[in-house]
Amino acid sequence: MSSAVVEVRNLAKRFGGFTAVDDVSFDIGRGEILGLLGPNGAGKTTTFQMMLGLVTPTSGTIRMFGLDLQQHREAILQQVNFSSTYISLPYSLTVEENLSVIARLYGMSDMAGRIDDMVKKLEMGEWRHKLTRKLSSGQMTRLTLAKALLTNPKVLLLDEPTASLDPDIAHKIRAILLEERQTTGLSILYTSHNMREMEEMSDRIIFLQRGKIVAEGTAKEIVARFGQADLEEVFLKLAREQ
Amino acid sequence: MAYHRIAALVIRHLYLYRRSLPRLMEIIYWPFLDLVVWGFITVYLATFQGEMPAVVTFLLGALILWDVLFRSQQGITISFLEEIWARNLMNLFASPLTPSEFLAATMVMSLFKVIAVSMVMSVCAWLFYGYSVFIIGLWLIPFIMNLVLTGWIIGVFTTSLIMRFGQEAEVLAWSMVFLFQPISCVFYPMEVLPSWLRAVAWINPAAHVFEGMRGLLATHAPPLTSLSLASGLNLVYLGAVIFWFHHTFNVCKDRGSLVRVGE
Repeated sequence: MSSAVVEVRNLAKRFGGFTAVDDVSFDIGRGEILGLLGPNGAGKTTTFQMMLGLVTPTSGTIRMFGLDLQQHREAILQQVNFSSTYISLPYSLTVEENLSVIARLYGMSDMAGRIDDMVKKLEMGEWRHKLTRKLSSGQMTRLTLAKALLTNPKVLLLDEPTASLDPDIAHKIRAILLEERQTTGLSILYTSHNMREMEEMSDRIIFLQRGKIVAEGTAKEIVARFGQADLEEVFLKLAREQ
Repeated sequence: MAYHRIAALVIRHLYLYRRSLPRLMEIIYWPFLDLVVWGFITVYLATFQGEMPAVVTFLLGALILWDVLFRSQQGITISFLEEIWARNLMNLFASPLTPSEFLAATMVMSLFKVIAVSMVMSVCAWLFYGYSVFIIGLWLIPFIMNLVLTGWIIGVFTTSLIMRFGQEAEVLAWSMVFLFQPISCVFYPMEVLPSWLRAVAWINPAAHVFEGMRGLLATHAPPLTSLSLASGLNLVYLGAVIFWFHHTFNVCKDRGSLVRVGE
């Protein structure tokens, strides 16, 4: 039996004649942070959406906690959450109301205590009763991250979670994620266009290009394999080869 | 079905209504305005009482019952649109929430709306025109239940179209129900329709409810045939549109359009 929490095998998604994801396979172990790197249109978002059950794969399988996502959607998604710079929460609700709805949706016990924890951890106290539409983009990013961590997920999918944050808050967020991983064994699939962040956060990285995995390994291994100075140089080389 | 997930969605919508004047107007202002306009028309028509007996009862009763159907449909489609406007569908469907639970929550919201609107209209009709909807008696309950079901059917059907065709189809949330109004025979009997349209009206459950209501008021005979037809048609259609909603949901997931509905 595999020790991987997430097992993706031969995953493919075609939209008509366009192949968004092409025969992608990877595992994520317990407490592991896997970086998903690639230029725009490489298939990162489609991979995320398939792992969240929002898009049906054309072929291949996604298993989490030993269960197949197609057959055990509810049981799996109960233990998975996500955050993205590109999503929001209902604007007409306050920060606290939004968190409370999410907590109820996942059937959380000690809802109030967990919301208080998140508000404290992500320094949202001053604006917890503010309407979501009045938040700055950085505050919104923190709220979506709080929403993702609130439900005690075992797998977290993060799409550019620090994109609109100032360096101080971004650093704090990374520290929180690493602490969560340390204390709860949280497994994370992480995308970012900040190469330093990817190197700092990821145990392993897979590089997607035109829907295919073109490189896989630790940041150091990938940099060495391509004979470049750092991950950013690798990114530029691969992206410009498209 | 997980009831806590249905409750979460219902609470999310109640939060919206708690501080939104336009949303409250939808429950109070529009039904009230409808009643005022139709009430005056009815008062005027009542001057011909000799030629059209029980005109007040027919028209105001029909208006209130039509609003039950209309608000029931709106309860479903507007709840879905709220999620599109808030770009919240991705948050919801990436959670353990199932499409059936989502539909169930919109149906609960629809019931809340129907109850609120019916109370507003019934009280206003009684205060301003001395009309009591309870003149129909206990038959009012199966009439309302059937109209709620018909509203759900049109609502789920419209929601599926919006999900499939995106925000461009949003206008259907307000207009679709009026496509059914002429063949629902709300304010006139089915027999006034041309024969081909009568055949279309016959397969519309709402038409049997309104026929039943008029029959009951005119003859006091129990509207058993009308209610049986309405209930039977409603159950068949409800099963069909729920199936179609799930099918559309899966098609959207396959095409990747579920996450882009609001774009």
